[in-house]
Amino acid sequence: MGLLSDPVRRRALARLVLRLNAPLCVLSYVAGIAWFLALVFPPLTQRTYMSENAMGSTMVEEQFAGGDRARAFARDFAAHRKKSGALPVAWLERTMRSVGLEVYTQSFSRKLPFPDETHERYMVSGTNVYGILRAPRAASTESLVLTVPCGSDSTNSQAVGLLLALAAHFRGQIYWAKDIVFLVTEHDLLGTEAWLEAYHDVNVTGMQSSPLQGRAGAIQAAVALELSSDVVTSLDVAVEGLNGQLPNLDLLNLFQTFCQKGGLLCTLQGKLQPEDWTSLDGPLQGLQTLLLMVLRQASGRPHGSHGLFLRYRVEALTLRGINSFRQYKYDLVAVGKALEGMFRKLNHLLERLHQSFFLYLLPGLSRFVSIGLYMPAVGFLLLVLGLKALELWMQLHEAGMGLEEPGGAPGPSVPLPPSQGVGLASLVAPLLISQAMGLALYVLPVLGQHVATQHFPVAEAEAVVLTLLAIYAAGLALPHNTHRVVSAQAPDRGWMALKLVALIYLALQLGCIALTNFSLGFLLATTMVPTAALAKPHGPRTLYAALLVLTSPAATLLGSLFLWRELQEAPLSLAEGWQLFLAALAQGVLEHHTYGALLFPLLSLGLYPCWLLFWNVLFWK
Amino acid sequence: MAAPLVLVLVVAVTVRAALFRSSLAEFISERVEVVSPLSSWKRVVEGLSLLDLGVSPYSGAVFHETPLIIYLFHFLIDYAELVFMITDALTAIALYFAIQDFNKVVFKKQKLLLELDQYAPDVAELIRTPMEMRYIPLKVALFYLLNPYTILSCVAKSTCAINNTLIAFFILTTIKGSAFLSAIFLALATYQSLYPLTLFVPGLLYLLQTRHINPNSAAAVHTCENEEQSLLDLFLGVCHDVCGKPSGNHLPLLLPSQLLGFHPRSLWLYINVFFYTIPLAIKLKEHPIFFMFIQIAVIAIFKSYPTVGDVALYMAFFPVWNHLYRFLRNIFVLTCIIIVCSLLFPVLWHLWIYAGSANSNFFYAITLTFNVGQILLISDYFYAFLRREYYLTHGLYLTAKDGTEAMLVLK
Repeated sequence: MGLLSDPVRRRALARLVLRLNAPLCVLSYVAGIAWFLALVFPPLTQRTYMSENAMGSTMVEEQFAGGDRARAFARDFAAHRKKSGALPVAWLERTMRSVGLEVYTQSFSRKLPFPDETHERYMVSGTNVYGILRAPRAASTESLVLTVPCGSDSTNSQAVGLLLALAAHFRGQIYWAKDIVFLVTEHDLLGTEAWLEAYHDVNVTGMQSSPLQGRAGAIQAAVALELSSDVVTSLDVAVEGLNGQLPNLDLLNLFQTFCQKGGLLCTLQGKLQPEDWTSLDGPLQGLQTLLLMVLRQASGRPHGSHGLFLRYRVEALTLRGINSFRQYKYDLVAVGKALEGMFRKLNHLLERLHQSFFLYLLPGLSRFVSIGLYMPAVGFLLLVLGLKALELWMQLHEAGMGLEEPGGAPGPSVPLPPSQGVGLASLVAPLLISQAMGLALYVLPVLGQHVATQHFPVAEAEAVVLTLLAIYAAGLALPHNTHRVVSAQAPDRGWMALKLVALIYLALQLGCIALTNFSLGFLLATTMVPTAALAKPHGPRTLYAALLVLTSPAATLLGSLFLWRELQEAPLSLAEGWQLFLAALAQGVLEHHTYGALLFPLLSLGLYPCWLLFWNVLFWK
Repeated sequence: MAAPLVLVLVVAVTVRAALFRSSLAEFISERVEVVSPLSSWKRVVEGLSLLDLGVSPYSGAVFHETPLIIYLFHFLIDYAELVFMITDALTAIALYFAIQDFNKVVFKKQKLLLELDQYAPDVAELIRTPMEMRYIPLKVALFYLLNPYTILSCVAKSTCAINNTLIAFFILTTIKGSAFLSAIFLALATYQSLYPLTLFVPGLLYLLQTRHINPNSAAAVHTCENEEQSLLDLFLGVCHDVCGKPSGNHLPLLLPSQLLGFHPRSLWLYINVFFYTIPLAIKLKEHPIFFMFIQIAVIAIFKSYPTVGDVALYMAFFPVWNHLYRFLRNIFVLTCIIIVCSLLFPVLWHLWIYAGSANSNFFYAITLTFNVGQILLISDYFYAFLRREYYLTHGLYLTAKDGTEAMLVLK
């Protein structure tokens, strides 16, 4: 530890940090962004490869030929569904039993904290139907799941048809070593959540559901299927799950292998795969896909019902059949063959998927960036906060404690013993108030919705969103008053100490977030770090204030929505963007309460109070 | 001075009571940083139910508490939350009065040395004043009661809190000069976890020195030493015979715990605690209470199956060494390391156990960093203390022979 204990070298280091602080910060920030952009270029992106030995070669012969059967099932299902207006449970039970499955149902109900206007539901009750194909070659200790989530509109009937046809086909095969569960859930993700909770006998979201009558051992992998027409032009694969969790990369590799084998066209984030990674076009297209993935992962929403499986450590992905105006169309047989191949390969697994990566980014289906390569990007961004904090500490320390090394100039070092006490005491009020604002932001909107609907002409969902915005804006006005309580003994020390605490707080939060959900951490770091480093009560204050508002968590969310639609090549108008923003707020709160998504509490209890501290620094008198 | 202490106690009890009632209590009591197999409340309950069923709690490999604990909670199981809140409050009160007395002793000693002209002439700014020392006992109580580590430990009902209380009372009775009581508390603490045995040395040094300063009881030195030692022997012996189990540490070293106890390769570290006692005793023979602080910290760092409750005990002493603040070199970096690590524990644990995306090495790395941070912090304090002592006798503004500023080198 020579560097830390040798006073000469220490002083040199301190001088370096103090004098070159601004250039070092800029350099570090630019390096972080540049590193991230460089991720799509070949030395940093690698070709994907299958790590799992048991799924290594593709020597499986798919025999599925039940296309007509699938279409017939789908037609029947759609007809019954239209007749009853809900999931035709009795028909499903009968059909599953007729193809030779062990059939069970599970009913569930859930009262949402406030009406969900996007999906038009409030008091939800429904029934899940699932059939188990018992493996002839093993005890029921492990299983695979094929699930089809059915929403309120009857769009997914082709998927149900294909599921039933596949079940009938699988039933005739003798090689199964794992039970296969065919699950049809009502109310899409809510049903999936109810089923998963009941299957693992836990209750984490306050769902009321009947216990499951039949189980099939530990689930090894799951595939969710969404199809809305008899023919598809491409299959889109979704990997991002709840809170940004991702399935093992091998599952994706498996899907890609079978797409290639069957000649299916597959897309990621709705984008085709660039062929040529050596020229500039490939990586640029990859960057678009990568950014879309980052935005989707950062949202922390389950993008498809596979997202909920990931929480239970079940590797899962969602396949979506897309029917666009392309020429080459595939029928259900092609999709069914790919699924059959995947299930047969998964059937070979000797242990859980664990060989390949869990933390990765995808610029394309056949390319990935591993954690060791993308982490430096966020590391560089956080370094800015560290450098700034170190600079502030040194300034505070020198001003307050005088001599770091006794000596130097014996005399001028007039010690200021009470300064530190004042510094700490003046921090308590802003910290407590901003944290209390965060708590209010988290608790009040849902708690106070009924009060709001009584006094204002708004519906519950609107009330929640508007209360959110009101509290958020009120936070900007409130903390101005906090420091008047404190005697301004040393004017500069107050805000410096507050900024120091805020910087450390922000760095800690962003670090922890980046570890669990890189995309969210990186997105927030890119926006919040520069203004956090800049904030101070001198200089062009209006400019700083504008910048700070532009990089606040809510503004980041709004900006991400615009970027997201821009990247999807469906740009938003301002009004649309605002509507989407309001809907996203409501969805964020709902998803926290229904699935346990963490984005809302993270923003309201962690980043918003932290951001308020910087706001407070800016308006320190 | 009693009113602020009562206020702190009320706040501390309120916070704990609120947390006990919240849904967080269960989550906290499962955290590996907070409870270890040696101190987990779950295992106490397990032992009690085994006892109720007429099975020896020690017949399995689950229960590692001492018989005294199990008899204590046999009667108090329904009031467990209350018991843990009271033990925390008692610890804080004991520390409060101990430090109050200790400060008086320190001040008296400083006055004596000033009168004897032992200090260098230009050290006026290093001399401690009653003003700055006035709130130290209160700060100690505050640091202990409102330290998040203590709160977590209490809410998890970790029996580590009881050990902390015993050590706090050992310190109190030592400072009060009661050899008999201090021996009893030390024996009780040692009986529970073995490591406090090393505190015998600083305790003895302190008792010897207080009697030494008091000339009329110089004859008691010898008796004191014997008294303490024989009591310790006696007590351990009695416990061993009566209960058939000397202390809680007879654990097959297989279970993963957190902090340094976690990695099998760090087995040699288990006896590390005892290596430091003798060198520290030689270096710090004049300052037994600082020695005690360092030794408690060493125990918290190097013991097997450490928890944050152990860390909280030595952290409570930081205000006592406030006057060393100007000599601490890396306090900012080290504080950051400790805070960062404390937050990363649950994150990496989540990634390892629940998400399955990281593995045990991530968690192990962070426990190691946490300990490195603690070790650097303690050595920073140690070095600062030695430096202050050096300046006190040699003068604050030292110059080398060529007239430049001198550099102190620790050898």
